[in-house]
Amino acid sequence: MHPIFASIAIAGPETILTLGSLAALMLGTFTPKHRALVVTSLFAVAILGVAGFSLTDAPAGRSIAFDGLYVADDFSAYLKVIIMAAAAASVLLALPWLQERGAGRFEYPVLMLLAALGMAMMVSANDLLTLYVGLELAALPSYVLAAFSRADDRSAEAGLKYFVLGALASGMLLYGVTLVYGFAGSTQLDVIAQLVSAQAERSIGMLFGIVFILAGLAFKVSAVPFHMWTPDVYEGAPTPVAAFFSAAPKAAALGLMARVLVVAFPGKVAADWQQIIMFIAIASMVLGAVAAVAQTNVKRLLAYSSIANIGFALVGLSPGSPAGISALLFYVTVYVAMTLGSFLVVLQLRRPDGGTVETMADLAGLSKTQPKLALALAIFMFSLAGIPPLLGFWPKFAVFQAAIASGLLGLAIIGFIASVVAAFYYLRLIKIMYFDEPAVALASEGSPVNGALIAACALFCSPLGMLAMSPLAVATARAAAALFPA
Amino acid sequence: MAAFAFYLFAGLLLTSGLMVITAKNPVHSVLWLILAFFNAAGLFILLGAEFLAMLLVIVYVGAVAVLFLFVVMMLDIDFKALQRGALQNLPLGLAVSGVILAEVLLVASGWTAGQGVIVHEALAGPPPGMTNTQWIGSQLYTRYFFVFSMSGLILLAAMIGAIVLTHRRRVGIKKQSIAAQNARTPGGTVAVGKAAIGQGVEL
Repeated sequence: MHPIFASIAIAGPETILTLGSLAALMLGTFTPKHRALVVTSLFAVAILGVAGFSLTDAPAGRSIAFDGLYVADDFSAYLKVIIMAAAAASVLLALPWLQERGAGRFEYPVLMLLAALGMAMMVSANDLLTLYVGLELAALPSYVLAAFSRADDRSAEAGLKYFVLGALASGMLLYGVTLVYGFAGSTQLDVIAQLVSAQAERSIGMLFGIVFILAGLAFKVSAVPFHMWTPDVYEGAPTPVAAFFSAAPKAAALGLMARVLVVAFPGKVAADWQQIIMFIAIASMVLGAVAAVAQTNVKRLLAYSSIANIGFALVGLSPGSPAGISALLFYVTVYVAMTLGSFLVVLQLRRPDGGTVETMADLAGLSKTQPKLALALAIFMFSLAGIPPLLGFWPKFAVFQAAIASGLLGLAIIGFIASVVAAFYYLRLIKIMYFDEPAVALASEGSPVNGALIAACALFCSPLGMLAMSPLAVATARAAAALFPA
Repeated sequence: MAAFAFYLFAGLLLTSGLMVITAKNPVHSVLWLILAFFNAAGLFILLGAEFLAMLLVIVYVGAVAVLFLFVVMMLDIDFKALQRGALQNLPLGLAVSGVILAEVLLVASGWTAGQGVIVHEALAGPPPGMTNTQWIGSQLYTRYFFVFSMSGLILLAAMIGAIVLTHRRRVGIKKQSIAAQNARTPGGTVAVGKAAIGQGVEL
């Protein structure tokens, strides 16, 4: 077989997504207008499912494709499953919202597929070029999606802000890539690793490159100090789009960050990037916890919550150890379910005037008007706060344990304090829902699909989710081991 | 001679880059940008990358910058007001860039050039019997096939995005319908009548 066909077979999920997104575009164009959106969305979900399913058929171990540009291993497979699932959920949860607007814009699922393709590329990047192209392919549809309800000024502003700041971050990342290439002479991650470990002294130029790459990636995961865009974009973007932003892209960017740092910069350089990651983690946890206290808008609150959660996930990356990476993957998995669930509840609620819920005061007395949704949201909030019987506690425990095992006790203590502060606003939301008098009678939008998704997320986050912990532990440990060649 | 040409191009490139952001008139900014592109193309020629130089001139000067020029001319933005806002933040900006400059100088002073550079199978040039352009093509379509084709998808995403964000179905506008035009017959549209003297025609 010609190597190109072998490579295309190894990059199976990407191939399926590429062909699928093109087919979805054609399908949407040639289907009658009133059905185009539903047909294309279901097709997109099917494509994401097939792409995710194709991973189960992948050969075990590490396969390199396209002359070293692409790698398929357990790490990429694990993250791709999460990305496909989160993207499919994001396509489904947007359906009622899109239909309600009467826009019938079938481009939404197509853009989602293209973004998923970019994210799949990101976690399989074995070369800085693949990394950059994947990142751009994931980012460009995101900018468009943020501005999707164009008639709304806030949405247009969110799209523009995201685009300008995203372009700046891409520029920084690219500058870092050129520096690393200039000093190492290669863009391939494992080759860089060989050169770095063969070197007697660490190179300052290379360090500059790492700093710039990290700055670009920190923007993508919305970690402090590159988080400023997050609350504005989450607030301005349509709620289903904000839900999408908070889930799949975060998983992809964290996976990419872990792979680049652990695979390409081992040994002496590791201490340098670990310092940076620790700083970013502490700053994100503290700022995410403190700034959220003053928020009154639900979407802004969830944005700050996602900043804080990225900080906690990065605690897992700080030690750069297999246990840490495995904890990071576990954290990402649970976080995706919690955040998607919270956004789904917000999306499902309707004010009497037909608008979506914006302020926290709107949620007052939700337990009386919508007891089921209030219960689900309470589960997500308790879980995000990390209250023990719920699943959200365990990943926090795992990342702190990994940090302490590597001697980063201070980091774990700061993280613990930040999580106590963060618990305040999660619990305040629960207090507003359960103990305040209802201000407005909120109605449920009543979409059965979204209801089922909420139920699934809530079950996963509830104490029942602990049943999933041991298979998850096996899977994350195997995925993390893929980054550390014996 | 080559050194002189390098410093000439590099100096002009930096100057015109500076002028792009300081020029008062946005149209002048774009024109300075075009000059910057030309000088960058000159630097590419010095490196022996004649194809990239031509590409820069054709794509960036020929297409991108000219498009820029049109957009800038059509936009109705009060650039004076924008610049006034920028001036307010000037002290802070200068302070930050001063700190960064000091840091870079500190690092650079304690660092000898070339230290820490790891040369890894440096690409010497095209194999014998192949021109630069041929070589770029053969690399792009074989070794870098994956990222090259994925870049195509980025452009597709951008195209879909542009259509999503700008296309709208407007009502109440006049459109040409060729089918309706072709289906017209003289009987339905032409009427022969006699106008009486001193009076208009009733339609």
